[in-house]
Parts: sequence; C-alpha cells; structure tokens
Amino acid sequence: MSALPTGLPAGTWWMTHRRLSALARNPAVLVMTLAQPMIWLFLFGELFQGVAELPGFGARSYLDYIVPGVVIMNAVSLNSFAGMATMDEIERGTLNRFLVTPVRRGALVNAGVIEQALSTAFQSLVIILLGWAAGADYPGGPTGLAVLVAAAVLIGVVLAALSNTLALLVRDRNTIIGLNVMLLLPLTFLSSAFMPKDLMPSWIRHVATANPVSWALDTSRGALSATPDWPSAAMHGTWLLALTVATVALAIYSIRTYQKSQ
Amino acid sequence: MAHAIEAEGLVKNYPGDVRALDGLSITVGPGEILGLLGPNGAGKSTTVKILTTLIRPDAGTAAVAGHDVLRRPGRVRRVIGVVSQKSGADPDASGRDNLVLQGRLYGLPGARARRRAAELLARFGLEDAAGRPVKTYSGGMRRRLDVALGLVHRPRVLFLDEPTTGLDPEARASLWAEIARLAGDDDLAILLTTHYLDEADRLAGRLAIVDQGRVVVTGTPDGLKGELHGDAVHVEWRDAPPGPLVREALGRLPGIGEITLDGRRLSARTADGASAVPALLAALDQAGVPAAAATVARPSLDDVYLRYAGRRLADAEPVTAGGAR
Repeated sequence: MSALPTGLPAGTWWMTHRRLSALARNPAVLVMTLAQPMIWLFLFGELFQGVAELPGFGARSYLDYIVPGVVIMNAVSLNSFAGMATMDEIERGTLNRFLVTPVRRGALVNAGVIEQALSTAFQSLVIILLGWAAGADYPGGPTGLAVLVAAAVLIGVVLAALSNTLALLVRDRNTIIGLNVMLLLPLTFLSSAFMPKDLMPSWIRHVATANPVSWALDTSRGALSATPDWPSAAMHGTWLLALTVATVALAIYSIRTYQKSQ
Repeated sequence: MAHAIEAEGLVKNYPGDVRALDGLSITVGPGEILGLLGPNGAGKSTTVKILTTLIRPDAGTAAVAGHDVLRRPGRVRRVIGVVSQKSGADPDASGRDNLVLQGRLYGLPGARARRRAAELLARFGLEDAAGRPVKTYSGGMRRRLDVALGLVHRPRVLFLDEPTTGLDPEARASLWAEIARLAGDDDLAILLTTHYLDEADRLAGRLAIVDQGRVVVTGTPDGLKGELHGDAVHVEWRDAPPGPLVREALGRLPGIGEITLDGRRLSARTADGASAVPALLAALDQAGVPAAAATVARPSLDDVYLRYAGRRLADAEPVTAGGAR
C-alpha cells in the first residue's frame, strides 16, 4: 500500500477534524474563556452608562455601543494566545510528526484558521445573544450582526496568525504572553471599541484610525447602525481582509522558516 | 531499488559556529537495519532530520528510496515512516484516533485506515488501551504507539531516532523485540540512531559509528569487534603474586599480548580467549602462582568506539546535556 498524494482540501479537512475533535472533547474551554468578555460587557455597560448622554455620542445606549466593542475585543484577546497551542505542538513533537507526512504546509495553517474562525464566531454569537438579553438593540438586524461576526473572525484570524508566527519564529512562551499583555489594552483602547472616534483627543483618533482593531469595529458599526454606512463598512472591511490574507501568508512562510531553523 | 538510503558528504552548520555534520556519508540497503551509534551531539538527529525532509543540509546529497530529499521531498515523505525522539502523538486523543488520523494523512480511505489501525494496535499489544487517551499510557506503551504511527502507511524506510531513551529496562526489552521483528518485514529498511551500545549490538545488522559529525567506521557489530586484537582475558589471585614469576610463565605462551599486571589482577589480549585460557591457567599452576579466577570477555562496542573515536562513549557524552541535534 503506497500512500496517495494528499491534496490541500483533504489535508485541511483532516487537520481541521483533529482540532475540532480536541475542542469537542473539552468544550468547557470555549465557555470558560467567555467569562472575561462577560465582565467587560456588563461592568462597562453599567459603569459608563452616562457616556451615552454625551453630546455627539450617537448610539441610543452605551450597551448598544459596546456590544461590538466587546465582541471584537474578545476576538483579539482569545486569538492572540493561539501561539501557545502552537508552542505545545512544537514541544510535543506533533508539528514535526505532521511535517514528515505528505500533508501540505498550507493545510496545517488552514486548519488553525478554520478552528479559530469557528470558535471566534461561536463566542461572538454568545456575546451578541447575552447583550440582547441585557437589553442591547441591534438596529442593523441580522445583516449587521453577520458583518459583526465576520469582522470578529477576520481580526481574530489576524491576531492568531501573528501569534502563531511569533511561536514558530521565537519559540518562547514568555515572549508571547508578554507581548499579549503589553498590546491587548492599547490595541483595544486606542480603537473605537469603547469610545466613538469623534469624542477622542485628536492624537488618539489618529492612532485609532490606523489600528486594525478599529477597522473591524468600523466595519461592524457601519453595518449595524439603523442607517448602515455601507461605504465605510466596505472600505474598512477591505483593509481588514487584505491584512488577514497578508498575516496568514506570513504564518505559512514562518512554518518554512521554522523548518530551516530547527 | 539499489539503496534505501544513500547520503553523501552531508554538512550542516548551526548558528554560533556549531558544525553538526561534517561530511557524513551513509548507505542503507533494502531490508537492512543500520545503527548510527554515537554520543549526544555527534550529529545523529541532524542526519535523521535531513533524511526525513525536516531540514536542508548546507552541502551534500541524499536520496531515500531513490528520491532526492532536496528535489523531491514530497515523494520522500510518502515512503518514509518516522519515530522521532519526541512522541508527537496527540495526548488527549485515543491511540486508535491517532492511528486513524495518521492513516488519513497518507491518503488511506476510512475503512482501510480503521482496519490498519486495528491491525497495528493488535500487533503492538495496545488493543486494551486503544480507546483510552494517550496521556494515560505508560512510557513503553506510548513508544510502541509511536512506532505504530510510523508504520501506518507501510513505509519502505523507517527512521527510529533514539527509540528507547527514557524507557525502563522491561519496556526497552519489549520494544527491542518489536523492532527486531520489523526487520524481517518485506524489505523494510531501518535507520536506527542510538547512544546505547547494547541496543546497537542487539538490533543493528550494520553499524556506522559517528563522531563529531562524520562516520568514523562502518561494519557489522561482530566484524568491528573482531578487528580489535581479540578477546580480553582477566585473571585474579587471592594475593598479589610476584610479578616476574607471572611474566615469565606467560611469556612462554604463544599469542598472548598486551599483558598488564596490577596488584592481584592481570589483563591480557589474545586472538581466541576460550582456547588460550586452559594453557594459561596450567602455566600459572606450574610456575607456583595458581589463579583464583579467570574470565574471558569478547571485545565490546565500547572498545570499538574507543579505538575509532579515541575515547569511551560514556566519556564523550557532554556533561550538561544540550539539546539533541
């Protein structure tokens, strides 16, 4: 019995199957990691209620405003730790076990992207539902919400790809943890997650405009509002998509570099 | 197929002026087990990584089952099985799931992947544990699963990189038996790396002794030992005998050399220890210095290593074990 060449779709399917089986064996992880966004949602929702009354704020209530903020922030923080799982696989020898099989390198990266996309989408939906139960209003309807989930998935994939790249190239857990801790808050608060750009001091506004987390937020808020701003959603969505493609390509490239450096 | 593995002049440098391989060449014939013997850091794992397409050499050429590892890595991957030092099995998945997935990665359809997994679980005595997560396995069970994982697609060439490191003696013996059985399988060639002399002696049909990134000598274990100056003979007395008397008695015997007397112990070398000992004991009796005990030792691979690498294998081990390369 000689092995058949394993194509990219088949390889991607089986590597994804493996990851989703692992998730199915331990679904509690998905729920447990939701604790933090819950706290953000309800604590910030209560704490900053008054913000909605500021002139020029726009949204009807602060809760309405921060649901997309929390969804995107959750996608950022959840996925920025993807590299830790990759470290496990490197240290355990699992990555090398796959690299000596006919499985395509792209399939290994694709499987990661699909798993991160699915778990991010699942968690985003849970946050949206809980926000709705707490009284948040989504004037953009199902279309707007679908765009929000898609934007969360894209920014999540970007962060996961960067985190994996770091794991493959630096191969050090402390670096991953350190960078995450250092970057999570600035990435989130120097974006329009919790405060509309119009109300920001001008330097923060400039930073926020260039921040990919804001692109994800502008895409979703553009689609979620009662009068959707489709040009803004499309423009920011395109930037985000381009960044996603670039970072996934970087992750694939870093697998090759990893091979050269071991 | 002429050679299962053919590597010529492999060179690999690592950052920081570390020359892991310095012109290493080996060949492995179909159905042969070649043992790559050497201390940690000699370049054994680097050789395996190059031959299994994980890394590229800085110079040299290598072909596995006739496929060039640099130009046709995809072809090579389809015909090799690899059991590396780190297990790589999914600890949370069951042994069976690990095997079925591995079969899938080699393109086996579902029914065949499941049948092959069942076959291998039975063969490696893992049937009872088949459905349990791998993290509950003992070290020996895990290692047997690793070998099974390497065999799922019936490779032509199997790489075993330090397969028994860290196993208890019982688990080692059982894995040795499995590996010895593999050798009989339809033309499966095996490259085994080890720093255990007894393991190389027991399993390898042919040995390549590696030191500082190159092969210093190759041959069968017995052939290599036979090239040394015969067997070692050790004689002991209850009390230290007068040296001149002993030397005079032994000097008359043909074929005994390299005599060293140290207190009440003597060692010497002779071409055939078993036939030399009776004459030696008789000569000592006649000289009035009868021996209390005499033993004959076949030359060990450690002696071989000493001869070709210029030091004992145990001494060659780095004091602080760096990462395996």
